[in-house]
Amino acid sequence: MKLASNTTARLQALPLALVLAVFFLLPLAMVIMVSVWDYNEYEMIPAWSGRGYSDSFEGCLAQLPELCTILRTYAETVKLCALVWLLTLLIGFTVAYFLAFHIKSRTLQIALSLLCTIPFWTSNVIRMIAWIPMLGRNGVVNQALQALHITKAPVEWLLFSEFSVVLALVHLFSLFMMVPIFNSMMRIDRALIEAAYDAGASGFQTLRDIIIPLCKPGIVIGSIFVITIVMGDFITVGVMGGQQIASAGKIIEVRVNALQFPAAAANAVILLGVTMMIIVGLSRLVDIRKEL
Amino acid sequence: MATPAPLELIAVTKRYRATLAVDAIDLRIPAGTYCCLLGPSGCGKTSTLRMIAGHEIASEGDILLGAANITTLPPAARGTAMMFQSYALFPHLSVRDNVAFALKMRGIDKATRHRRAGELLELVAMSAYADRLPAQLSGGQQQRVALARALITEPQILLLDEPLSALDPFLRVRMRAELKRLQRELGISFIHVTHGQEEAMALADLVVLMNAGRIEQQGSPREMFNRPRTAFAARFMGGHNVLRRADQQIAVRTDHIRIAPTHALRARVTELEYQGTWLQANLALPDGETLIATLTEQQFDAAPFGAGDEVGIAWDDDAAHPLV
Repeated sequence: MKLASNTTARLQALPLALVLAVFFLLPLAMVIMVSVWDYNEYEMIPAWSGRGYSDSFEGCLAQLPELCTILRTYAETVKLCALVWLLTLLIGFTVAYFLAFHIKSRTLQIALSLLCTIPFWTSNVIRMIAWIPMLGRNGVVNQALQALHITKAPVEWLLFSEFSVVLALVHLFSLFMMVPIFNSMMRIDRALIEAAYDAGASGFQTLRDIIIPLCKPGIVIGSIFVITIVMGDFITVGVMGGQQIASAGKIIEVRVNALQFPAAAANAVILLGVTMMIIVGLSRLVDIRKEL
Repeated sequence: MATPAPLELIAVTKRYRATLAVDAIDLRIPAGTYCCLLGPSGCGKTSTLRMIAGHEIASEGDILLGAANITTLPPAARGTAMMFQSYALFPHLSVRDNVAFALKMRGIDKATRHRRAGELLELVAMSAYADRLPAQLSGGQQQRVALARALITEPQILLLDEPLSALDPFLRVRMRAELKRLQRELGISFIHVTHGQEEAMALADLVVLMNAGRIEQQGSPREMFNRPRTAFAARFMGGHNVLRRADQQIAVRTDHIRIAPTHALRARVTELEYQGTWLQANLALPDGETLIATLTEQQFDAAPFGAGDEVGIAWDDDAAHPLV
């Protein structure tokens, strides 16, 4: 009986496992394989070589303590990612908190959640182009600032800058943070909050000692969404940064365009490694907090 | 622990928009009393408890604890503590941290609050489980932890919201005895909300029966059972027949109804149930009124009868209580 139900469960999991194996694990294995192949100017050579990796880090040791291109790029990407993560976390948590604890009507909760999906109603390209009349030299924001005599000349850093990249990414991914956190919050028994109040906890103490720890799963899931997407992004960074900002994803794109597939694959593996380290570190961090 | 103080409710009213949940009740609970707020669902007993706890603020009236007016104080400043119906233990904290929570909120250092939590866990015989998470405990154990958590602030009054309703019947009787023992040992007041009259009678020094936002009757369990003031009280406390005689209603305890062939008042036996200690006879009078008589086995054997028989019934004059 037990064995039979076990077999059924395995059979039920089989289709998804197959899809993952064929469309995720296999390509990933191929990327890792290609990353250790040799290559020259116009073709890749199926023979073992560390060139994909060594070329990427070329001259890095010699330049120390100055950071070489790839390290600078990664540092830049991690910084960007951290900024976007922090902002989406703050915004996502706040919005989720408002929806979960301040909106009492179920219908209104659903309606407001749907409002948060509005950034996804248009395609990525249209959305990014739409920022130009908003943030450009003669855009709405600059005209408003000048009309109000806050600035004399148009503000330059609004568009094609780190600011606009972060703005576009935060605009898009706050929802990915908000939804899992909202989900965690809705599972919190309201009696727990009353019990905390009964024990003399202030609003802040309830947030710190009850709500945030119980939202941990949602925070971690949302963080994984945001970090993995932002670390690998090159389109938004490219368009909103006016092709002026280097990113880890951009390195891969450049290599692919140069048909240096082993080098591109090697960079993809490096990016994967860095992203996984960040996520593992993050979940550790959250776990340690719980021990206090 | 803390010095016990009497609690007084003066014309306390609670309105939720148009609905009146609690209607100007007056109640005095002496220090060190086990008080049960009893009544059917929606009678206002839970609203009353929550107003005493500070989780609802009274729309009108005053709540005094000792000399202090606590009507609008936050829960932690009142000297009360509440034990929640579903226990509301913090699922991410160990048993020890759950119990120590209120002390942590007051900024008491870790060593001190863990020592105090240890003492309270000892009180409820849960020391061995201090490092577990609530999910790893049974219902009865969770309840003990919830009790310890509520008691750590040394409240003058412990408020319990249907504390036994989540337990199975066997455990319920055991936890009941334990609550009573704890209340006696601590010497503070317990205010316990329940809809079970049996629970209230077993535990309470003072039973407060509520109906439709008002106090129907209050008194010791024996007073409540032997002298119900209204038909509602007689029916809710159980064990009574409410009968209409001439121009008023009377209550007669089911075990005070005597059955013999010779009695003048005739009744037909519609049902006869053997219940071990008792036999219960459901009776119908000629005018359609029904009543219940309970007899001991001895009484029954002296003059046995069966379902469908016609019997005579009677009761002593002083067994009949006029109801208002």
